[in-house]
Amino acid sequence: MSDAIRPFLAVVSARYRTLLQYRAAAFAGFATQLFWGAIRLMILAAFFAAATEPQPMNLTEVVAYVWLGQALLGMLPWNVDADFREQVRDGTVAYDLLRPLDLYSYWFGRTLAFRVAAPTLRGVPMVLFSMVLLPIVGLGDWALTPPASAFALAGFVASLVVAAMLATAVTLLAHISLLWTISGIGMDRILTVLVTVFSGLIVPLPLFPDWLQPFLNWQPFRGLADVPYRIYSGNIPAAEIGGELLFVLVWTIALVLLGRLILLRGVRRMVVQGG
Amino acid sequence: MNSAALLVRYLAISLRGQLQYRASFLMAALGNLLNCVIELAGIWVLFDRFGNLSGWSFAEVAFFCGTVNATYAIGELLATGFDQFGTLYVKTGDFDRLLLRPRSTVLQLAGHELSLRRLGRLLPGLVIVIAAWAALDLPLQADRVGLLAFAMAGGVAFFFALMVLQATMCFWTTESLELMNILTYGGVETASYPLPIYHRLFRRFFTFVVPLACIGYFPIVAVLGVDDPLGTSRLFQVTAPLAGFAFLGVAIGVWQLGVRRYTSTGS
Repeated sequence: MSDAIRPFLAVVSARYRTLLQYRAAAFAGFATQLFWGAIRLMILAAFFAAATEPQPMNLTEVVAYVWLGQALLGMLPWNVDADFREQVRDGTVAYDLLRPLDLYSYWFGRTLAFRVAAPTLRGVPMVLFSMVLLPIVGLGDWALTPPASAFALAGFVASLVVAAMLATAVTLLAHISLLWTISGIGMDRILTVLVTVFSGLIVPLPLFPDWLQPFLNWQPFRGLADVPYRIYSGNIPAAEIGGELLFVLVWTIALVLLGRLILLRGVRRMVVQGG
Repeated sequence: MNSAALLVRYLAISLRGQLQYRASFLMAALGNLLNCVIELAGIWVLFDRFGNLSGWSFAEVAFFCGTVNATYAIGELLATGFDQFGTLYVKTGDFDRLLLRPRSTVLQLAGHELSLRRLGRLLPGLVIVIAAWAALDLPLQADRVGLLAFAMAGGVAFFFALMVLQATMCFWTTESLELMNILTYGGVETASYPLPIYHRLFRRFFTFVVPLACIGYFPIVAVLGVDDPLGTSRLFQVTAPLAGFAFLGVAIGVWQLGVRRYTSTGS
């Protein structure tokens, strides 16, 4: 067992270290997301100020939703790995086929590292800022509140692990599609739209019109953001956490199987670029 | 050849180049269009849920949103050379070649590319403005239309200036940093909503430091013909877009300081 896993761990940690080199870019990204979060909060709070009837979420839950969204933005599968795109374009992707590893698992490890490194760099300072610093400077109303309960925290951590898997499975579908489209520019755009809207990043999903809720509740992208953030704030009650986790897990497994199937076809008809 | 004719020739060459890659241009334009539509859809969702935004209607906010998107698209269309300056010119050392030519660097970079995919943001932006204009039943008077055009011209100068500043930073950092996205993309997001909903410090920043509200919120309040909850006078609202041109003047001054400091990376 350990012999089978070791190569993937090595790949994960190597990618991770590479990505952690770009600290200036990380700082710029942090500042951008801080600003973005502040603007989103002021817009949503202004809407809430006019609300006369009870809403499916209260403002405190929305504040947590926005800050967690900014902290974990990099984990959302909204783009493809530029290194991977380059590999497909110049044909070096063929080397991956020669490795004595299961191709899908190898790529899964690589993609997981790509998805997880960015949020660690940006997420920790974002949480510290929004949870600790904001109350200190007297902006407690805008601060990220602690999780609703110890159980909610545990559920949140578990849902993040599943969300990372789901994000990787979705990104990998996009990566595999590169074998057909090569440039992947169109894919990137479509992914961004799908993911940002249906994960709840643009507007928290519970605030969408009621007639859309049945559809929103069954689509996979809510497992990326909506589910973890609402578990954190207690908007999803403790009793429903298990069911939600199972829901996301089933979607993840389905998308992994779909990815494997498409990859199998892709490798069979792949034309390697370059001479 | 005078500067204007040269700029037109630069841009014509760029257009012909892009039309060689129709599929890639269409795809990118479609992506921009989708982003704009989603932004509006996000606003609609919130209005559907909450009814109004401290007294502003959906059509009014859509008017803000459409105007700033169209304005930004034009600015970006003209400033692509500055947008990609770090990667294309500083990192490679290719800026040397621009300095050797007997024309200003600003002119040459403005002529770098007329990026057609920006139309994907411009067209929906304009459609939204026209639809909101009709939904609000605003009379089609020359002074309103003229003021909107003036505000948008100031806005184009403003966003062009932001791109110039972003490019200027590359003289120090070599690579373009994501930091300016706060003011460009973040500016579009901010200006899509009426200014009074923001915190006092944000309002001051976007009026006096980075005059985003002077090319967006203030003149549009006058175009809409409503009273500004912040209590500004009509005279101020009508003349505010001048700040966009002043901002461009400052940005070009800073750019020239940066050029003087430039040392080539080329070998």
